Amino acid sequence: MYLHKELETLSRSEIKQLQLERLKQTVNHCMNSPFYKKRFEEYGLKPSDIQSLEDLKKIPFTTKEDLRNNYPFGMSAISLDECIRIHSSSGTTGTPVAVLHSKRDIDQWAEAVARCLYMVGLRKSDVFQNSSGYGMFTGGLGFQYGAERLGMLTVPAAAGNTKRQIKFIKDFHTTAIHAIPSYATRLFEVMQEMGVDPRKDTDLHTLIIGAEPHSEEQRKRIEEMLGVKAYNSFGMSEMCGPGVAFECPEQNGLHIWEDYYIVEIVNPDTLEPAADGEVGELVLTTINREAMPLLRYRTRDLTRILPGDCPCGRHHLRLDRMKGRSDDMIILKGVNIFPIQIEQVLMNFKELGNNYLITLFTTDTNDEMDVEVELSQLFTDDYARLQSLTKEISHQLKDEILLTPHVKLVPKGSLPQSEGKAVRVKDLRKHY
Amino acid sequence: MTIHQLSIFIENKSGTLLRVLNILKEANIQLVASTISDTVEYGIYRIICSDPMEACKTLEKAGISANISDVFALTLDNKPGRAADAISILRQAGINISYLYSFLLGDKGILVFRTDNPDLTRETILLNRLHYIDEEQLDGLISK
Repeated sequence: MYLHKELETLSRSEIKQLQLERLKQTVNHCMNSPFYKKRFEEYGLKPSDIQSLEDLKKIPFTTKEDLRNNYPFGMSAISLDECIRIHSSSGTTGTPVAVLHSKRDIDQWAEAVARCLYMVGLRKSDVFQNSSGYGMFTGGLGFQYGAERLGMLTVPAAAGNTKRQIKFIKDFHTTAIHAIPSYATRLFEVMQEMGVDPRKDTDLHTLIIGAEPHSEEQRKRIEEMLGVKAYNSFGMSEMCGPGVAFECPEQNGLHIWEDYYIVEIVNPDTLEPAADGEVGELVLTTINREAMPLLRYRTRDLTRILPGDCPCGRHHLRLDRMKGRSDDMIILKGVNIFPIQIEQVLMNFKELGNNYLITLFTTDTNDEMDVEVELSQLFTDDYARLQSLTKEISHQLKDEILLTPHVKLVPKGSLPQSEGKAVRVKDLRKHY
Repeated sequence: MTIHQLSIFIENKSGTLLRVLNILKEANIQLVASTISDTVEYGIYRIICSDPMEACKTLEKAGISANISDVFALTLDNKPGRAADAISILRQAGINISYLYSFLLGDKGILVFRTDNPDLTRETILLNRLHYIDEEQLDGLISK
C-alpha cells in the first residue's frame, strides 16, 4: 500500500515539523543561487529570518518570468559540474525555461514517481507503457525512471504511432499506461478499428492520465472505454516533472507530497492567502531539491485544497482537479503553449494583418487548434501561392509550439473586435 | 496586350459575396464576367468589369482585400470549335493555362486566361496572329 510508509503516513504535525526543518535547510542552500542571494539582499532578508512556517510569507514570490530572465543557469544553487540533466520548455522565439537536476534530484524524483505508482497498486510484476513524449518533456524520462525504480517491465513507447502502441499492449502484455487523456481516447478508437477489445484482448488494468486538465466525466468515460482504473497525475517541470501530486485509490483529490513541497493557495490578483477550501493559485516551495530549489513559485495553476481526512491513511494535503490557469497559457495535447509564441510567428509574415484568433475545440477523437489570421492585402491572384503561404505559416508554427494547428486566412476586419484587450483565444473544449 | 482583372479575397461565409456586389453596385461598376469556385475556406472572386482600378479602390476603402492582375483576353468568333483551336496553339507552344473563363461581349466570344509563361504567351499570340483585346479596347466595348 505504501512504498515509503513512514513518510507517507506522517501526521499533520509531523509533516509541519519536517517541512520547517527542510525549509530552513533549503533557504540556507538558496544563498548559493545567484538569483536568490540577490533577491534576499534586495529585500533585506537573511536565512535566519525564517524560523517558522509562517515566516515563509516574508519571502517574495518567484515567477516564470524570473526563470526566463535567469535563463539558462542563473537560478542554479550548485555548480554546473554537479548537474547531470537539463529539461527545457518548448519554443525557439522568446526565452525558454531551463530546469537543472543534480544526481540527488533525479534520484528523489524517481522515488516520488515510484511512490505514486505504488500508491495506485502498481508492482514489480506490472508492465508499464509510457506513451508520453520523451526528450525534453519531463513526462517521458520522469515516468521512465519512476517505473524502473519499482522494477516494472517498461515499454518506452513515447508518443504517436497508435497501431504500434496497441501491438505492444497486446504483445508485451502491458498492464499500465501513462498517456494524456485525449490520447487515451485515441487509443480506444484505433483499438476499435483494429477489432481489439481492450477488456478481452489486453491485460490493461491501470491508466495514468495527466499533463492536461480534464473533467471527472472524461475520466469515467476513459475508464469505461478501456476497462481500466484511471488515476490523475499532476506535476510540472519546474518542480521536477510528474510526481508532484497524484490520486490515491480513493480517486478523490490528488495527494501532494508535503515532504517535497510546501503548499500555498493564494488569490491570483491580491496574492493574499485564499480562504480554506477556496480556489486560488497554487504556490509551491521545494524542500527536497538541490540544483534548482524554488521558493514560493507561482505555478499559475488554479485549484483548491480538499478539506478532511482521506480514508487511504495519508495526511498529505489533497488538491482538487486543476481548474484552469491564472495566465494565458494553453495546454493542448499535453503541450504548454503561450499565445505570444503564435503571435511572434505570425508577425514574421508581412502578408498578414495584426489580428488573429486561436480557437481550441474537440473533434470526435482529439483536441485541435485553429489559427485564423487576417490577410493584410491580397498580394497575389494565385490560389497556389495563398495555399503555400498557409502551409509555411503552419510549418513555422509547428517549429515553435510543437503542434500543427490548422491555419486559416481570413479577410481583414472579419475577426471579432473588442473594446479592451484583444481576445486571442477561444477555448471551446469541454474539460471542466 | 492584356486586360485588367479584379481579384477579390472572399471568405466562404454567407453574405460575403453579396456585400461585394452591393459595394460595386453603389460605385456604379458594371460586371461583364465573373467567376468563383467551390474552394473550402476562402475564395478568389475574379471579375471583368468597367473601371477595374476604381472598383479596386472602392473595395479597399471598404476594408476588402482586392488586387488587379493582368490576364490575356482572346477574341473569338462566336462559332463552335474556336476555343479548341486557340488553346491548341497555346499547347503546341508549350504554354500551361493556370485558369480560364469566357463570356460573350456583343457578337464576340472573349476567352480570359492566365498562363505560367506570360512572355511566351505574348510571343505566341503575335506569331500566330491570334486576335486579342487590351484594356482600352475592352473599356470601349463595355461602354457601348
